[in-house]
Amino acid sequence: MLVHSKAARRAVHSVFFLLFVPVFALPLLVIVAASFATNWSGALPSGATLTHYQDIVRGDSLDALVTSVLTALAASTAALTAGTWAALAAEKLGPRTRRVLDALFLLPVAVPSVVVGLSLLVAFSRPPFLLNGTPQIVITAHTVLVTAFAYQSVTAALARLDPAYEQSAAGLGARPAYVLWRVKLPLLLPSLTAAIGLCFALSMGELSATMMLYPPDWMPLPVQIFAATDRGSLFAGAALAVVLMATTLLVLLAVSRIRTRATYR
Amino acid sequence: MPAAPEAGIRFEEVSVAYGRRGEHIALDSFSLTVEPGEVMALLGPSGSGKTTALRTVAGFVRPVSGRVMLGGRDVTGLPPYKRGIGMVVQQYALFPHMKVAENVAFGLRAQKVPRAEIPGRVAEALEMTGMAAYAHRHPRELSGGQQQRVAIARALAIRPGVLLLDEPLSALDARLRSGMLTELARLHRELPHVTILYVTHDQVEALTLADRIAVMDQARLRDCGTPQQLYRRPRTAFTASFVGTANLLPVTVSGDGVRFAGRTLTVPVDGVAEGATATLCIRPHLVGLGESPAKDGNTLRGTITEVQWRGATHRLQADVDGHRVLADLRELRHTPALGDEVTLHFAPEDGVLIPAGIGADAGGADGTGADKAGRDVVAAGGSRDGGRDGRR
Repeated sequence: MLVHSKAARRAVHSVFFLLFVPVFALPLLVIVAASFATNWSGALPSGATLTHYQDIVRGDSLDALVTSVLTALAASTAALTAGTWAALAAEKLGPRTRRVLDALFLLPVAVPSVVVGLSLLVAFSRPPFLLNGTPQIVITAHTVLVTAFAYQSVTAALARLDPAYEQSAAGLGARPAYVLWRVKLPLLLPSLTAAIGLCFALSMGELSATMMLYPPDWMPLPVQIFAATDRGSLFAGAALAVVLMATTLLVLLAVSRIRTRATYR
Repeated sequence: MPAAPEAGIRFEEVSVAYGRRGEHIALDSFSLTVEPGEVMALLGPSGSGKTTALRTVAGFVRPVSGRVMLGGRDVTGLPPYKRGIGMVVQQYALFPHMKVAENVAFGLRAQKVPRAEIPGRVAEALEMTGMAAYAHRHPRELSGGQQQRVAIARALAIRPGVLLLDEPLSALDARLRSGMLTELARLHRELPHVTILYVTHDQVEALTLADRIAVMDQARLRDCGTPQQLYRRPRTAFTASFVGTANLLPVTVSGDGVRFAGRTLTVPVDGVAEGATATLCIRPHLVGLGESPAKDGNTLRGTITEVQWRGATHRLQADVDGHRVLADLRELRHTPALGDEVTLHFAPEDGVLIPAGIGADAGGADGTGADKAGRDVVAAGGSRDGGRDGRR
């Protein structure tokens, strides 16, 4: 949006900050502030301390963090693979079959994640598919939940991709696999990295389905945050939340640093 | 560049239809033979099916019936990557993530040409198109004209027997376009064995480059012939108005000539039946102002409705008994004013009679036809009315 007069620009800026600060920035600042506090009875927290962070380093919270990161990495990689594959396949389908497939991939988002967790629990609690009580069931649940986002962003990117690239490549004698590897995937790379970042972030924060599925030896960080706040340790929970936030942010930054030549288009 | 296998193109009753029930016909039993080494232009307005025809050769469109033959081989069901065809499209479609040299090498790598051979062939193709100095640039660092040269180099690197050009110049501005036209003509002289199918809606490109022109309209082939045939003796009114500019007058055959608006004009009748209705085609640059200097010349009287100065020429538009007649004249000393009564003349041999029935749509005399630069413009180097013509 182009705003030309100075006064109007100031007005737009103040509206932005009025909305952005309380809705997005303040809650995060509150969490950060709380994580360094022992007491919050007045307007501001009091009793500055690093105990919560020291506890994290000493206790099993680090394990939970590693669990979360591993789960998110596995789930987002699997989701991106499945979502990309499905999106590439869907491109060749007729419009009607395609709509059915789109709807199927939307399903895990439309259904409450508690229901997704429960359905996996029921489905995989008996041989031959006995996953209950293993880390795999948590990873599976996360994959199911985030694949929809991967599918959707890759589908959107494919729709934007000029078919002339694929056709020119085929005209030059490139087989479909070669075209996919040398032309389509490189051109899609920016969208793929964006998709995997989104999937990773969603998986890092997933709680409701995880709650129903996690085995004792595979407890992701959000579950531990929930447990901490549930037993009243709000400030310890806040510290864990800050760690979760920071880790997710670091990974997302790393993903966005993947320089893709295709972004120079 | 060593010779590629000679390959002609033959369309045999090729039909293409889109839509769920094939209700939209894009190509209607299209038959055409392109000889090996020939440059064939598919000329027609947008939506005429010319690009669809080209895409059936490339393999991107599957005909519902008919066959496409390439060098005597039926390729109708063959996927694009097995056809070995070079293709250049309007938007170049250079791979943005590869440098120029990698773009040109793409087809060679894809076809598993021995690794040692690739650099030489890439250099050769870039040399031919004058892009050798840009091998290490990315496409985004090149101008439109340079990108088009790279696209041509990429298509030529695989040494195709057939080169498909889909409106290759239409994304370039007028000056670049005329330069590229010269380049393409030179390339074809250097590669006389390469068969070229050239899709365009620009008659100047078709007339300049093509050995033969296939005129298309509404999914059908309307006419096919050498540029001279189509220009001098158009067989349909559509051809007459699409290839060059034409005055098209409705006439009735009578004796040794035709009747037009109550007067008799002498033109070659060529066996059209007495009393039959026909369309008389006269090119604007063959119409003169004033009484005919020759005894047997035809005269028309009309009122000037438009005078355009085009630098080296004047274009007069006159109303002759309710019909519009255009005359392109060498720059006039004394231009007639709007509303002046004028006499126009043309020689009998300059009138071409188009029998009714073939392409009965005689409505092309104005609008589309009048905006196109004529053959005379091409003869003068194509730049004469480049600035005023405003193509696209």
